[in-house]
Amino acid sequence: MTWLSWRQLRTQAVAVYGLLAALAVLLLITGNDLRHLLARSGVLTCDSGDCGTVLDAFNAHYKVLRSILGPIIYIFPGILGIFWGAPLVARELESGTYRLAWTQSVSRTRWLATKVAVVGLAGLAVTGLFSLLVTWWSSPNDTVSHSRFSPPYFDERNLMPVAWAAFTFAFGVLAGVLIRRTLPAMAATLVAYIGAKIVMTAWIIPNLATPLKVTGALKAPEDGPPVVTGRRIGPSDWVVSQVLHGPDGRAVHDIRITPDDPCARTHACFDGFTQTTTFHPGSRYWPFQWESTGILVGLAAAMLAAAFLVLRRRAA
Amino acid sequence: MTAALEAAGLGKRFGKRWALQDCTVAVPTGSICGLVGPNGAGKTTLIQLAVGLLAPTAGSITVAGGTPDGRPAQLAKVGFVAQDTPTYAQLTVADHLRLGAHLNPGWDAALAGRRIDQLGLDPKQKAGKLSGGQRAQLALTLAVAKRPEVLILDEPVASLDPLARRDFLSSLMELVTEHGMTVLLSSHLVADLERVCDHLVVLVASRVQVASDVDELLATHRRISGPRRELSTLPADQQVIEASHTDRQTTAIIRTAQPIHDPAWSVTELTLEDIVLAYMAHRGDGQPVRRQLAEVRAS
Repeated sequence: MTWLSWRQLRTQAVAVYGLLAALAVLLLITGNDLRHLLARSGVLTCDSGDCGTVLDAFNAHYKVLRSILGPIIYIFPGILGIFWGAPLVARELESGTYRLAWTQSVSRTRWLATKVAVVGLAGLAVTGLFSLLVTWWSSPNDTVSHSRFSPPYFDERNLMPVAWAAFTFAFGVLAGVLIRRTLPAMAATLVAYIGAKIVMTAWIIPNLATPLKVTGALKAPEDGPPVVTGRRIGPSDWVVSQVLHGPDGRAVHDIRITPDDPCARTHACFDGFTQTTTFHPGSRYWPFQWESTGILVGLAAAMLAAAFLVLRRRAA
Repeated sequence: MTAALEAAGLGKRFGKRWALQDCTVAVPTGSICGLVGPNGAGKTTLIQLAVGLLAPTAGSITVAGGTPDGRPAQLAKVGFVAQDTPTYAQLTVADHLRLGAHLNPGWDAALAGRRIDQLGLDPKQKAGKLSGGQRAQLALTLAVAKRPEVLILDEPVASLDPLARRDFLSSLMELVTEHGMTVLLSSHLVADLERVCDHLVVLVASRVQVASDVDELLATHRRISGPRRELSTLPADQQVIEASHTDRQTTAIIRTAQPIHDPAWSVTELTLEDIVLAYMAHRGDGQPVRRQLAEVRAS
């Protein structure tokens, strides 16, 4: 059965792994370059002067590649579920080949188990390698610039692509078993991927732990924009929300000051204003990765178990 | 007589609709049994129950001494060629043989290889590129090379042209003669079955109308015609299968083990197709069929 599963996957697997290998060459070369650029850019040692410009200059390197790579790794698990998960059983049911497969001397359970194991593991492995590459390639930017913790980057690093691949693949298999037709099962998997992404990103992951809150007073320096006192939010933190409060304690969207405002001379325009930041500290990154992975993989296991039960019980 | 396939009160319901109901039938071991009936009679349902693709709603079925429950040991005993002879379009002929070898403990590689040679199939050809007849032959090869005790075929020649149909059936005959197995073959065309079958089951509206050896069917069924008269006056051993009356004449197909002596009747022999059609015509019209059925069961 392993041979048959592999034989059915072979063409696609070779294509996907081939593409990944080509991408790996590109990412290894440019990723190495990014590390040299980071060392030479002065971003890491900058503590005075126009650090923003230095950072922008560094972030401009491989900007196009970065802006393409992000969406690709973001949707890759969905693609995998749609093209490898959904047709796994649905295509056999639709084309009638299940009547050939299920009347060989192999139980239906073993048939499905082998298919899921071979195709699923090949899918998870390619996603894992892809994620490893992207995580490594992005780490120079992640450390100095945007947070790898906040969406959408959280789903594009380390364990999360693999967890998403497990979830969508399992959903695709179950959808195929239930719907029994390839295209509708693929469409259902797409919808499920989008829906689950929204639910996880908007509600589940931000609430895995109670976000921390810091409130700092707004202070106007001699020149430049106002700064917030108190704990500094670093690039490794995930800022969930930021709210500005006026002296009366009410939330405000902006503060209007005209140049001839009397407060401008005394630098007192922001007196009484505070900013409250809700965030997850960077130290929660790995706990959140593991917990989110646990949730998605748990759902995947439940859906696969359901697929096995349905296939065994229901008449074809 | 031992039965290679035996069903008792077998029924299968899909939702509210019974695809097969109260089906009791036995296929003798070593026979080549034709399963014939109009479309929708439940032939495919009966066959899928026999190979374990479906599970019965009611009753029981045993094939080659076991219940078709999807366990590998049972699956190994039964070869199956499904309707439209499905194969993996992307896999080559050679791949299909490897598939068979990997998935069946009793795989006869020599037999499979020899068959592919004889058929002149290119092992590197993808199954999706084969003609309907070649694909059916490939499916038959897969089913036979697993060396089953019972070989079940569901309308294997329905979609084939006459030449491919003849080739397929003669291949089947050769394989059966050579390797000896019980065969259950369904078709809605009697002509296909007449050539190969020695036993026949007529299934109409999920009921077995008649199940008998072909020779016995031919020997015991006659068409009688003569001046118009009531058929209830016939001797008790003559069962009416089908009757029609005109103003002057009565024609009937009857089943009897005895010679017909009444000089008023002109008696003609029947072809297998005539007999099967007579039984099939009884769909829905209960009485004579019931009597017939009861008699067949008792014998």
